[in-house]
Amino acid sequence: MSVDKATVAKIANLARIAMDDAALERMVPELNNILAWVEQLGEVDVSGIEPMTAVIPNHLRLRDDVVDADPLTGGGKRDAVLANAPAAEHGFFGVPKVIE
Amino acid sequence: MSSYRIQGATGEWEVVIGLEVHAQVVSNSKLFSGAATAFGAEPNSQVSLVDAAMPGMLPVPNRECIRQAVRTGMAIEAEINRWSRFDRKNYFYADLPQGYQISQLYHPLVGEGALTIEADEKVGIPEDKVIGIERIHVEQDAGKLMHDQHPTMSYVDLNRSGVALMEIVSRPDMRSPAEAGAYVRKLRSILRYVGSCDGNMEEGSMRADVNVSVRKPGEPFGTRTETKNVNSVRFVMQAIEHEARRQVDLIEDGGKVVQETRLFDPNTGSTRSMRSKEDAHDYRYFPDPDLLPLELDEAFLAECRASLPELPDAKRRRYVEKLGLTPYNARELTAEVETFARFETLLAETAKGIGKPEKAVATQVANWALSIAPGVMNAARAEANPAHATASAQAAILAMQDRGEISGGQAKEIFEIVLTTGRAPAEIAETEGLKQQSDTGAIEAVIDGVLAANQDKVEEYRGGKDKLFGFFIGQTMKAMEGKGNPAVVNQLLKAKLDG
Amino acid sequence: MTDLTQLGVKAIRDGVARGDFTAREVAEAFNAAVAGAAALNAFIVTTPDHALAAADAVDTRRAKGEGLGVMGGVPIGMKDLFATKGVQTTAASHILEGFRPEYESTVSQNLWNAGAGMLGKLNLDQFAMGSSNETSWFGNVNSPWRKAGSNAAMSPGGSSGGSSAAVASRIAPAATGTDTGGSIRQPAAFAGISGIKPTYGRCSRWGVVAFASSLDQAGPMARDVTDCAIMLEAMAGFDPKDATSLDMPVPKWEASLNADLRGKKIGIPREYRMDGTDAAILASWERGKEWLRDAGAEIVDISLPHTKYALPAYYIIAPAEASSNLARYDGVRYGLRDLPERAGLQDMYAATRAAGFGDEVKRRVLIGTYVLSAGFYDAYYTQAQKVRALVARDFEQAWAQCDAILAPTTPTASFPIGSLDKDPLTMYLNDVFAVPASLAGLPAMSVPAMLNADGLPLGLQIVGKPFDEQGVLDVALAIEQRAGFEAQPERWW
Ligand SMILES: [Mg+2]
Ligand SMILES: [Zn+2]
Repeated sequence: MSVDKATVAKIANLARIAMDDAALERMVPELNNILAWVEQLGEVDVSGIEPMTAVIPNHLRLRDDVVDADPLTGGGKRDAVLANAPAAEHGFFGVPKVIE
Repeated sequence: MSSYRIQGATGEWEVVIGLEVHAQVVSNSKLFSGAATAFGAEPNSQVSLVDAAMPGMLPVPNRECIRQAVRTGMAIEAEINRWSRFDRKNYFYADLPQGYQISQLYHPLVGEGALTIEADEKVGIPEDKVIGIERIHVEQDAGKLMHDQHPTMSYVDLNRSGVALMEIVSRPDMRSPAEAGAYVRKLRSILRYVGSCDGNMEEGSMRADVNVSVRKPGEPFGTRTETKNVNSVRFVMQAIEHEARRQVDLIEDGGKVVQETRLFDPNTGSTRSMRSKEDAHDYRYFPDPDLLPLELDEAFLAECRASLPELPDAKRRRYVEKLGLTPYNARELTAEVETFARFETLLAETAKGIGKPEKAVATQVANWALSIAPGVMNAARAEANPAHATASAQAAILAMQDRGEISGGQAKEIFEIVLTTGRAPAEIAETEGLKQQSDTGAIEAVIDGVLAANQDKVEEYRGGKDKLFGFFIGQTMKAMEGKGNPAVVNQLLKAKLDG
Repeated sequence: MTDLTQLGVKAIRDGVARGDFTAREVAEAFNAAVAGAAALNAFIVTTPDHALAAADAVDTRRAKGEGLGVMGGVPIGMKDLFATKGVQTTAASHILEGFRPEYESTVSQNLWNAGAGMLGKLNLDQFAMGSSNETSWFGNVNSPWRKAGSNAAMSPGGSSGGSSAAVASRIAPAATGTDTGGSIRQPAAFAGISGIKPTYGRCSRWGVVAFASSLDQAGPMARDVTDCAIMLEAMAGFDPKDATSLDMPVPKWEASLNADLRGKKIGIPREYRMDGTDAAILASWERGKEWLRDAGAEIVDISLPHTKYALPAYYIIAPAEASSNLARYDGVRYGLRDLPERAGLQDMYAATRAAGFGDEVKRRVLIGTYVLSAGFYDAYYTQAQKVRALVARDFEQAWAQCDAILAPTTPTASFPIGSLDKDPLTMYLNDVFAVPASLAGLPAMSVPAMLNADGLPLGLQIVGKPFDEQGVLDVALAIEQRAGFEAQPERWW
């Protein structure tokens, strides 16, 4: 499979990366090179093989339902949460106005 | 079969409805972080570094959220998948800090189940109907946007971000707004019985995505629209009505229904297209590589099962079959968790107080709980303190009544005083003179006086005019200022007159 | 007095403990070395005060007769992928420029708890995407090594290129690295130092800027095998904040080091003899076999039939995960925000990400987005995860025949900066020998073997069974003892 400029534009939009025409143009052969190369995976006989789910035999641990049990993953830290925000106002994150 | 039809210019249309209900799981902390879930906190005060998607933050699932979803699945007799996993649903929005929602697409926690909505002729549901439930999966809630606080900015509050939701997906099995309403109510009732969701729709604990399509009866499904986040039973029904009508009109005008996401406007009761979510959706679901597959063991499932309470259908059946209640009373008493809980406590106390089996007093207690007590509470609303309406006070009143110590009217009067003052029923009966006279000697003395004063009527009665019996009862009760035990008065009077 | 910057982790720790010198003296020496090596561009920010404060704390503990920790008094470099509280953490990207985390990654915290101090945040390929350290927003890292008779700037490898350059140039005794598809081993090989990627799950990923979650693993990069063992012991450990963290005790790797390989079988995978592999690399591999035989091991021929497909599978899986992991860099909560005139929310995202991500990052995000998109998911992503399962199965079957695997770390030695960056695919091939172990989550290490004819270091790679870091370290130690690799880059910076 290969991509054309319109497809790259669509992907770039899905990925929310603004790209002008020249950038799209440049990206088309680069992506096609990589895609053509990964295409060789199609040769591999994978019948009866389940896609990998866990790299190392290990099961999902569940945590206890305790609020702020570990301060590092708990709440009540609004200042820390907002400390790096480009636009923090009145305890909120500010973004350009959204019309729903 | 529902006979609900939309009348169109070209004939009758049938509406096909499926619901995706998002129910907030009752838990102290979020699905993947330790931040609190309480409603109404200061903006961004219940946000962890994980919920704010800081670089390098990782999700660790909350056992209680999984447990509650499994218990819910068991309550609708669904298949519980011992192997499930979390997927990422990728899209960009200001209320979604990670740029993806952790959800379950490919392998949900709970598979196929069902619930039954009950027949209700009044709303056009002629018989009980089983609504299929396709799946329940667990996922993260998003944050909240505020649009009216600043001229050029929207504000983002992430307090809800990461709160656990169960998405309960029905089959497209409903055929009328009433059926959809009944489904949501029944689902809410089950969730509240199980304790997995508080069902508080005003606070957004339960929201429905309403999938609606229309078709001519017997034809294949039409194209559906999805109206998002409808947050009351009434609105769900309104949204369906409006959307079905709109689709019928559109098709009959030669248009085509487009599969799209719509928004419900509670002010107008109508739906409109959500333009902002219009752009080609491609969520790029894939297994979340931060999380391993979720594998449930037998012990976990056994605990979930053992912790399930008696569910609405079973309870209703038991009330009719084992307690001898009418189907109407049984349904009324089991509809809400609070109602049955109050009833069962009162029933147990009353049976114990009287010393009879529950079945023997169930009807009396049911009538009291459903009509008498609410009536008194309503009448005394202004001065009543509901906290005084304890089970033990009410059981004491019912026991006095059962023993003939007080009449039905006196029971109400006593209860009213209990509500306003919190005083003990026995003490009220005593000091307020709200007791029936059951002492045969005293009653006989009064009767003798009444008969002596009305010798002529006694003769007439004995001559065959037995309608006069009521007159003697009235005179006796009057003489006793209404406090005579009617049964005793009746029996003694009969004996004297006929004697 | 000895030049303290010539000492490694063990020598510093033991010297401080014995009182041969103070931790402060060590920190000052390395701070000065860092300050004098700006030409390498190994650090994005330096934190001399952090190093001094940690050193003073160790000296105080020593004065009180308290334990100093397994890294007591050792100042290290921290790859700028680890969140460090109050210290700028960028992943070498513009989009995180100025970001000061309010938290400390588990691995860096473990190191501080073990008595280490921080010299600064090390440069890397942007978001750890690269094999040459040419994709950093903060400029290329220059290898301290140069080809004999040339002044051309050489690549220190990547993505942990700041780490490899700092350790090889003796401006840091050790550094943290992260390895997603070879990012510890390849730069270690290029720089003539040692580096180990432990079993997936040994080191917590909490607080490490994610590239590809199912592959990312932190590990130490140091001058020798013993130093790696010491530092890995400090970094590793169960972390309840990482759902993929291994809930098992950290072995005493340092104390158990043993270069006697009698009774051990070492597998030589025939598929690693690829066309285009440098003759000197093949020669070093042969030497490696001899050294291991000398250490008592038996050399056995093994097959890892899906080796060829590991790299293309990796270049689907890693970008797919990255495309999602990097979605959080959107200009809302931290980092860069590019808000063009009258831009809406979605325009702001697109502008911010266009300005904040470098070309290689964009390329991978686009590839990842594409392979996950509707209609392509099964053909690319699912197929790649199946191939990954086959790659892992190859290794499992090999363990029936051997205890560890010996292979080259890279197909070539370091290359001049700018020589490969025009062609992403050629660049990707750098990791052809490293990626299979990453896909299978196995412990793997690079240890220096020799210099090639140009005077550039070559590394040998040891891959072990799951959880068997000890076996990997032991084989590496046997090679180290026989290779006698003492070469250092000649100082030009
Ligand atoms: Mg939905
Ligand atoms: Zn949902």
